[in-house]
Amino acid sequence: MAISNATLAGLTRTELLEMHYKMALIRRFEEKSAEEYTRGRIGGFMHLYIGQEAVGVGSITALRPDDKVLCSYREHGHALAKGMDPGAVMAELFGKVTGCSKGKGGSMHMWSNELGLYGGNAIVAAQLPIAAGVAFAAKYQGQDTVIACYFGDGAVDEGAFHESLNLASVWKLPVVYVCENNQYSMGMAVGKAWAVDSLLPRAEAYNMPGDQVEGMDAIAVYESMKQAVERARNNEGPTLLEIKTYRFRGHSMTDPAYYRTREEEQQWRTTRDPIGIFEKKLLDNGLATQSEFNDNDARAIQVSEDAAEFAENSPDPSLDELYTDVMVDNSTALTYRYERK
Amino acid sequence: MRTITYRDALREAIREEMLRDERVFIMGEDIAGYGGTYAVTRGLYEEFGEKRVRDTPLAEEVITGVAIGAALGGLRPIMELMTINFSLLASDLLVNSAAKMRYMFGGQPAVPFVVRMPSGGGAQRAAQHSQLFETWYAHVPGLKVVMPATPYDVKGMLKSAVRDPDPVLFIEHELLYNVKGEMPDEEDEYTVPLDRGEVKRPGRDITIITFSRMLHLSLQAAEDLAKEGIEAEVIDLRSIRPIDIDLLVDSVKKTNRVVIAEEGWKYYGTGQGLAALIYENAFDYMDAPIQHVTGADVPMPYSKVLERAALPKKSDIVNAAKAIVPAALVRK
Repeated sequence: MAISNATLAGLTRTELLEMHYKMALIRRFEEKSAEEYTRGRIGGFMHLYIGQEAVGVGSITALRPDDKVLCSYREHGHALAKGMDPGAVMAELFGKVTGCSKGKGGSMHMWSNELGLYGGNAIVAAQLPIAAGVAFAAKYQGQDTVIACYFGDGAVDEGAFHESLNLASVWKLPVVYVCENNQYSMGMAVGKAWAVDSLLPRAEAYNMPGDQVEGMDAIAVYESMKQAVERARNNEGPTLLEIKTYRFRGHSMTDPAYYRTREEEQQWRTTRDPIGIFEKKLLDNGLATQSEFNDNDARAIQVSEDAAEFAENSPDPSLDELYTDVMVDNSTALTYRYERK
Repeated sequence: MRTITYRDALREAIREEMLRDERVFIMGEDIAGYGGTYAVTRGLYEEFGEKRVRDTPLAEEVITGVAIGAALGGLRPIMELMTINFSLLASDLLVNSAAKMRYMFGGQPAVPFVVRMPSGGGAQRAAQHSQLFETWYAHVPGLKVVMPATPYDVKGMLKSAVRDPDPVLFIEHELLYNVKGEMPDEEDEYTVPLDRGEVKRPGRDITIITFSRMLHLSLQAAEDLAKEGIEAEVIDLRSIRPIDIDLLVDSVKKTNRVVIAEEGWKYYGTGQGLAALIYENAFDYMDAPIQHVTGADVPMPYSKVLERAALPKKSDIVNAAKAIVPAALVRK
């Protein structure tokens, strides 16, 4: 079949193939992370993004490079989608000094000033009020950057969600609140936690536009996010998106997922895989070939392998790093003054 | 020289910093139209407008989040919490985010913002409105915690706090807003460092270490002690974190005796932390056990009589000092 130069949702073939590559990269990177975790090279908590790739990639494709992203602790995918070097992500998981946070943050705390990735947060919903502040700063300084704030369905239950949406609406802040509803806050089914079965009434309650999006379809995510980003950029205020998705793995590496059935997981994996859905859409529209997908996947596997090798071969932080970065001027840190002067 | 109140000194610091730096803005509950619960920000809304003087909903968590985020975005926020008692609603973001971001993100972000909040008891505001809590925040690496006691210090330290690259908890005292003090003329710019205490009264017989409102009681106690032939050195910590340990050790080496006077609760608090540091660093110079004057170990009662009994008094400081200065040292 001839390859068309047509576009899909305004995205060119090159852009669509880049989206495909990024989803493949996240999938393969996370599989590699799981392998390295099992081998004991990665410690602590680790929350995989497998199954949710279309959310991070579809929405971040709708951002400009200078837009800012704030995340929860399930943020490897967002870091990769925002353009972070996979080696720096993997090295952070390994706790190496070449990691994106010098090995001091780990899986849940990734950062890049250059990429505008303003952190993974391991306190549920902490990023929502902080995102409002980053958005306030942009507006205050007359910048037209947009802030994308990602969180899970569990964060909706926190008070910070409500305080943040209210203020963002009252102050008309350029922020897009993106709820990745993966159906479970750890093990609690969303139906047991939410008094309503949708975020749309919550958006309405805070007087902002809301949208409910099929989160296994990267194009649908992109289109909805694009509208929300444009509104924010045009000083029309915040939007609340509920993106319905599913994590194929447990909450974290140590979660045996007793709270749901293997059949349910299998059903999602086989019929609603976001990468498969994306590939079918591109094939149906004659925008790409299976061999291009295969090439992307092979490259993703290789890049993930290389990232692990880079991480493995990178040095640990020196012990001097223990006392750096507590304060901007470390001579004003208490320990520094008494124990190290 | 001129004389102004602690409240006016705060307002001057805010105003001067806002004039100096476009990135500085203030926000909080009722700071604009109302002029601030303690009238600190009165007139600033009229002068600087809504963009830079922002009333917020009663939502301490998002106020704090906005301050953190705005600092990340390049601004210099001064946020006001109506009282430190409400700071517990903000404490997650202060402790889990503001204090840790620079470290856990490998030294990349800076979070320069100031949290202003009144603290303390003595106005019959009962159990939920009479607390200090500086000790809770000073426990946390990554924060700065200061408690100036005089108009001069409060102005100079607030200006330093606004310019500081790290999060600063700026703890005021409800009973100090009307206290007056001498100040340089308005056009004479000055700042006071955030990491240095100060000897407010020199003396050779005993060191009284104190901060915030207790400084004023300690100075009065020192006057009383002087009448009895005991010369007390009064040290105002000004900063709780970082702590100016060298200043304390130098004084202890001279006087060999210490009274710590604070308004807060005794156990596991600021004073006990100071005592441990002094024993660690100056034990060989100590001639007597450290005496510790504190508030009563109870939630603050409303009754005037009970509240008075719960707060430390000047006579408590005098008695604590006399208990460890031997008669032989007293110069009649």
